[in-house]
Amino acid sequence: MIYKVITKSEFKKFINGLIKENQTFGPRQVDEDINGKPIYQFREVHSFDEMDLDYTVTYSSVKNFFLPFREILSRYTFQGDDWEQSLEYRVNPRVIVGLRPCDINGLAILDKIFIKGAFPSPYYLARRNNTFLIGMDHEPLEDCFCESLNHHVVRHGFNLFCSDLGDRYYLSIDSSKAFNFLKNVETTEPTKKDNEKFIARKNFIERSFKTRVEVTGLPSFLDIEFKSPIWKKWGDKCLNCGTCAMVCPTCYCYGIEESIDVSLKTSRKERFQYSCNIVDFAEVAGGHNFRPLREDRLKYRFYHHYRGFAENAEEPICVGCNRCGRACLAGINPRDVINDLRLESKDELPAT
Amino acid sequence: MNYRLLKQDINLKPFMTMPPQFNRKTIVMRTDKVYKCEIINIVELTGLEKLFHLKILDPVEREIFSFRPGQFIMLEVPGFGEVPISVSSSSNNREFIELCIRKSGRTTNMLHRAKKGAKVGIRGPFGTSFPMEEMAGNNVLLIAGGLGLAPLRAPLYWVIERRDEYRDVAVLYGTKEPEQMLFTYQYEEWEKVNHVKLLTIVEKADKDWKGRTGLITELFEEINIDPDNTYVIVCGPPVMFKFVCNHLDSLGIPMNRMFVSLERRMHCGMGKCCRCMVGSTFTCVDGPVFDYWSVLNLQEAI
Repeated sequence: MIYKVITKSEFKKFINGLIKENQTFGPRQVDEDINGKPIYQFREVHSFDEMDLDYTVTYSSVKNFFLPFREILSRYTFQGDDWEQSLEYRVNPRVIVGLRPCDINGLAILDKIFIKGAFPSPYYLARRNNTFLIGMDHEPLEDCFCESLNHHVVRHGFNLFCSDLGDRYYLSIDSSKAFNFLKNVETTEPTKKDNEKFIARKNFIERSFKTRVEVTGLPSFLDIEFKSPIWKKWGDKCLNCGTCAMVCPTCYCYGIEESIDVSLKTSRKERFQYSCNIVDFAEVAGGHNFRPLREDRLKYRFYHHYRGFAENAEEPICVGCNRCGRACLAGINPRDVINDLRLESKDELPAT
Repeated sequence: MNYRLLKQDINLKPFMTMPPQFNRKTIVMRTDKVYKCEIINIVELTGLEKLFHLKILDPVEREIFSFRPGQFIMLEVPGFGEVPISVSSSSNNREFIELCIRKSGRTTNMLHRAKKGAKVGIRGPFGTSFPMEEMAGNNVLLIAGGLGLAPLRAPLYWVIERRDEYRDVAVLYGTKEPEQMLFTYQYEEWEKVNHVKLLTIVEKADKDWKGRTGLITELFEEINIDPDNTYVIVCGPPVMFKFVCNHLDSLGIPMNRMFVSLERRMHCGMGKCCRCMVGSTFTCVDGPVFDYWSVLNLQEAI
């Protein structure tokens, strides 16, 4: 990794240059929640000043730029008794500015599943190759717990990452594209003092976390607690709406749907985001449902997130952003569920 | 001053020119491209099940496509949907594949209305297979319930084609009613020509039924199983697995010689959609063939 330092005014020039030449998305306030707090989302921007770069976190994650809610996988054209299939993988290049570490780490986890697996997804790969990512660090919110999962720092999966040093940004450059673009503006090599400031900033962020979730040994713990009554308690609250999966940076389960156009001449095969909390997720032909109860499905989401699957080396895929907890209509959040599980098993242990 | 991002195209290889290499950097394939097939024959087996013979139209693609017993393919009916179906023909047959399909949903209902000459698509093959080479020199016991006979036909063909490599081969087959029995026209051939011991049983007999009545586990009383050199393959409804495998376990057959083929909902076949997850693994990539230990080891498998 190459490190550089840039002043904030030069950085603005740099971003405006990118915006002028490419389709660019950045954080913008779209609404207010019930308490009057702003809600941010990534939206298309046309100048640096349109963005709210000192935002908290976006409501949805950046995942949907790579795994859209609906995307067409292939089209069929019918002609007489015959049909022809056509596939489209190409996408246009774009820039996304202001990603948080949880977004970037979420993408790094999705890369493992969609690019490094046995069948790499060309749709995901095309989007990933053609997106330029600029990340930014931030001070954690009250309920962020990414530090517990070690996802408050970024390692890879971005093009450029900016750490705030007050009047300047400390840049971590992780791609040749970013390196070349930065030749357009004035940057300096980091001095010893800059490095000290950068580390101080890192430590400051690390200390500001107010929420902690104990995740050591969680994978085997979840295997052991598979039949715990705690799941019923939280399962009874769950509404099975699937909101958590839609805002999550790493939830990637999907469904496939095919539909014929009204003209009856073409049809399309679409992929749509799905959630393992929805009732027919595991229902097979003949009507047998492998996970008929709400608690089974809620448990499975936690099982997947904190135990991990063979596909991603059985590592937890949760990044600790707590977007699901904020979005949940029934007030279920991962911190409470995991703490509940841990507490319950502590009660059962004989006192030593 | 140049800030323009250049469009980066990815280089795609045709689908499945070679099997995926696990744990290594894998090639990016045109994973959603289907092989176009023609339905060259339809055999009506029962009121609900039909056997479809599919021939891949493109000769190059036909050459590429090969599968092993136990693997499945994704069958696409354009405009209606995609369903995972296990191949139930001989893996030596490179001309056409046979799929036994029950009418049970939107896609399969449509498929049952299709006539000879209709064109459908297939992707695959996907999943793991039965270790047929490892079984050579041993007794083979195939246990099927209901539609479970369809995926077992592929290993059965494998054994029949190399009959001298295997010792005693037996098939235990149970259904609810006599008219639900599949492939009845082949029973005589299997027994008399191929020396396969075939025992059938039904739960509810009708007036024409002269065979046994009861549950499939009752068939165990009629055969001798040598636990030291018998390999077992089980396929059927989830409730059957538990009883059959428990019984086999009590006979002393090692867990790594008992294989089951699991059924789950699937949308992609490639370990991406998560619909088929069992415990912490995917039925489509690490299954559908599991040995009994893996099944016990996974949460909620049977």
